Amino acid sequence: MRLWMTGAICAALVTAVPATAQEVLTIGVRSEASSLDPHWTQLSADVQVHEHIFEKLVGLDSASQPIPGLAVSWEPIDDTTWEFKLREGVTWHDGEPFTAEDVIFTFDRLKAGISGAPASPAFQLDKGGKEWVAIDDLTVHITTDGPYPTVAEDLAMLPIIAQHAAEGAEESVDFNNGEATIGTGPFMYGTFNPGDSITLVKNPDWWGGEVEWDEVVFRPVTQDASRLAALLNGDVDIIDYPPTVDLPQLEENPDFTVTTIPSDRLIYLMPGYKHVEPFITDANGEAMMPNPLRDWRVRRALSLAINREAIRDRIMGGASLPAKNIVPPGFFGYVEDLEADPYDPEEAQALLEEAGYGDGFNITLHGPNDRYINDARILEAVAQMWSRVGITTQVDAMPRNIFFSRLIRGDELSMPGFDVPEFSMSLTGWGTVAGEATYTVSGTLETYNAATGGGNGNFGRYSNPEIDARSVLAKRTIDPDDRLALLQEAIRIGMDDYAYIPLHFQVNSWAMRAGIEHEPRTNERTLATEISRVE
Amino acid sequence: MTEYIIRRVLQALLVLIVMTMLVFFGVNVIGNPVYIFASSECDQACLDAIITDLGLDQPIWRQYLTFVGNLVQGDMGRSFTHGVPALHLIFERLPATLELAFSALVLALAFGLPMGIYAGLRPYGWGAKLIMSFSMIAFSLPVFWIGIIMILTFSVQLGWMPSVGRGDTVDLGFVEVSFLTLDGLHHLAMPAFTLSLIMMAMVIRLARAGMREVMFTDYIKFARASGVPERRVLGAHALKNILIPIVTVLGMEFGGVIAFAVVVESIFSWPGVGKMLIDAIAVLDRPLIVAYLICVVFMFVTLNLLVDVLYSLLDPRIRLGGGKA
Repeated sequence: MRLWMTGAICAALVTAVPATAQEVLTIGVRSEASSLDPHWTQLSADVQVHEHIFEKLVGLDSASQPIPGLAVSWEPIDDTTWEFKLREGVTWHDGEPFTAEDVIFTFDRLKAGISGAPASPAFQLDKGGKEWVAIDDLTVHITTDGPYPTVAEDLAMLPIIAQHAAEGAEESVDFNNGEATIGTGPFMYGTFNPGDSITLVKNPDWWGGEVEWDEVVFRPVTQDASRLAALLNGDVDIIDYPPTVDLPQLEENPDFTVTTIPSDRLIYLMPGYKHVEPFITDANGEAMMPNPLRDWRVRRALSLAINREAIRDRIMGGASLPAKNIVPPGFFGYVEDLEADPYDPEEAQALLEEAGYGDGFNITLHGPNDRYINDARILEAVAQMWSRVGITTQVDAMPRNIFFSRLIRGDELSMPGFDVPEFSMSLTGWGTVAGEATYTVSGTLETYNAATGGGNGNFGRYSNPEIDARSVLAKRTIDPDDRLALLQEAIRIGMDDYAYIPLHFQVNSWAMRAGIEHEPRTNERTLATEISRVE
Repeated sequence: MTEYIIRRVLQALLVLIVMTMLVFFGVNVIGNPVYIFASSECDQACLDAIITDLGLDQPIWRQYLTFVGNLVQGDMGRSFTHGVPALHLIFERLPATLELAFSALVLALAFGLPMGIYAGLRPYGWGAKLIMSFSMIAFSLPVFWIGIIMILTFSVQLGWMPSVGRGDTVDLGFVEVSFLTLDGLHHLAMPAFTLSLIMMAMVIRLARAGMREVMFTDYIKFARASGVPERRVLGAHALKNILIPIVTVLGMEFGGVIAFAVVVESIFSWPGVGKMLIDAIAVLDRPLIVAYLICVVFMFVTLNLLVDVLYSLLDPRIRLGGGKA
C-alpha cells in the first residue's frame, strides 16, 4: 500500500510538470504533405494536414458520412437547387468573419482552375454542372444541370479558403509560407519545414470547442522500420501505417495500443472483357477465342479459388476484411448479405470443367508493387491459388508509375481521348472517399463512356445494361431511399455476375503510445482532434 | 591553367546539354503522370483538361524546346506534387544533404586517416588487425542494415539518440545548418556516421597501402638519415604523397555519397534532397526529376573540376594541360 502511495505521488509529481507545459502531439506519418495549398492536391497525406487548418462546408465523420461543417444544414429546395445554410459566428484565424463571399471566392478559384496542379480537387465542381450564388451572408445556393443527389458529398472534398487572405496569392508558395494559410479549423499554421516537420498551433477560438493539443507536429518518416522505431523510442506519439508484420507484437505490448478500422479502399482483380485478350493463352500458347473470362462460370471459379482468409492472416497481418461488397460496412450502398466468397477449390474446378476449361489456360496477372499494402505479395499468392485449380498464372508486378499508364492506356490501339486498357487481369484498388456508393458503382461497374464519365475506372470494359440503367438513374435520384435501392440492386447484379473479383478492404491501422486514445477513420486520415489523452 | 579550366567549363556545358536531352526524353517515355495524380473519379474530359493544362498534349520535341527556353531563363518548371518551382525545392533541401555528406566526409577523414596511417606503420600489430577488420565490416555491411541497427541500439534500446529529423537549425542567412546547435549535432551524429562508414573504410585502406609503400621510398629514408624529426617525416613528406590517391577516390566517391544519402536519409528521415527525388520518381513528378538530375550533373562536373585543381596544388608535377611544365 505504501509502495502504491509512493508510486502515485511520484506519478503526480511527474505529471504535474507537463500539465503546466505545452501539450504537444507528434504524429509520425508515412508520407509528408507536399503542399499546404488545399486546392493543389487531394492526396491523403496532404488532405489530413489541410483538414486541421481548413474546413469544408460539409464534414465527414469517422465512417465518412456527411456531417455539418461550415454549413449547418443543407437541403434540396427544388430538383436542381440545393440550399446550404452557413454556420454563424465563425471567424478566420486572423479574426475576420467568415461569410458566404468566402465560399463563392473558393469555388470561383477552383473553377478558374489551379494551373499546373494535376491532382487538384477542382473537378468536383464540374460534376453535375454545379453553379453557385450567395443569397445572403449565410446562405449559398448550388444549382445543378439536373437532379443531382450528391452535392453535399462533393462539397465535402472542397476546403474553404479566406478571400481576404488568399486573393492574389501565388498557388502553393504563399500557402506553404503561411501568408495565405488562414483557415477556420481547429489548428493554425505554425511552421512548415519541408521533409522535416509541419507544426500547427491550437486555434483558441475554434467554433467546435476546446482543442486538446496546444501544438501538433507532423513528422514524415517514410521507412516503415524507422517509423516504428520512432514510436518505440518516443520521438513520436502516434504513427500511421505501422508495418503489418509488427502488428501482432505491438498489440501484445502493454506500452502501446493499436487501433484499426476497415478502410474505404477495396482491393480487387479486374478481368479484361475484350473478345481476345493478349495475356490469355491456351496450353499451346495460342490466343483464345472466345476469351474465357467472358464466361461467368470462369470468373466465379477464379473467385472461389482464392483463399481470402489465408491472404488476410499470412500476408496482411490480419489487417484486411475479405469482401464481396464494393463499399465497406457503414457506407451508403453497403449490401448486408453479400458475403465474401468461401475458399472452395473443388467447386472452382467443377465450374471450369462445366465451362469447358477443364484443362485450364494461361493467364498473366498484372499489378503494382508499390501502391497498395503488400500488393506484390498478394499477386503472388493469388497466382499460386489459381495455378492450383489449373489456371497457370504468371505474375507481372511493376512500379505504379508504369502500371497505371499501361492499365489505363496501354493497348497499342489507344489514341488520345480514346483509351484502351492493356491488361487481361489486373489488381487494383478503389477508394470510396465520399462515403457513399453512387460514384463507386458508376466508376467501376457502369459501361465505359468517355462523354458521360461513366465507367471511368472500368478498365476491364465490363458492360451490363441492367447495371447501367440503375447506375445512371441513381446519379439523378435525390430521394435517398430510392437511390439506396437502385445502388444496392446494381451492386448485387454486378457482384453476382462477378463483374470483377473483390478480394478485401484494406484495414487502416495506427499505433500509439499508451496514454493516448484515437478514434480510427475509414478514410486513412490522422486527425489530431480525434486523438486525446487518457486521464 | 586558365585555358584548361575554360576548356573544362565548355566540356561541362556540352555534357549539360546532352544530359537535358537524355533526362527529358527518358523521363517522358516512362508513363503518364496524369494517370497517377488524377483522382480515380476524374473522367476523360477532366483527364484531357489536365493533360492540356500541363502541356503534355504537345509533341515531345515542342515540349523539349519549351523546357529549354524556360531553362535558359532559369525556370525549371513547377513540381506537380509540391506546386513550388522545382529549383526552389532543390535548393531548400540540398543544404541538408550537403551538410550530411560533408559531415560524413569529415568523419571519414578524421577517423579514417589516423587509423589508416597507424595500420600502415605497424601493419602486424593487433591494432592494425582490429582496424582492418573494422574497415572490412564497414565496407561489406549494407548501409540500410547498419542504419536500422544503430536506431535499434542507440534510440530504441539505450534511448540516447533521436531517430528522426534534423533537430534545431541555425540560419546563417543564406542557408540553415544544424551542426552549430547541440540538438542539431545530436540529430546529425548517427546519420553522418552511418553515411561515412564506406568512405572511412576506403580512406583506411588507401592510407594504409600508401603508407606502407611510401615508408620504403628513398626520400623518406633520406629524410630520416638527414635527421628530419619523425613527426615531420610522417606529417609532411609521407602524408602529402599518400593524399593524392585519397583525394582522387574521395572526390569521385563524394558524388556517390550524395547518391547513397538517399538510403540514409530515408532511414533517419533526414529532410534531404535524395528522399525527395525518390518520391518524385514514384509519382513521375517530371519537372522535379529533370531539375534534380540536371543539378546533379552540374555538381558532378564541378566536383571533377575541383579534384583536378586540387591535384595540381598537391603535386606540382601534375600541372594538367598547362603545356608550360
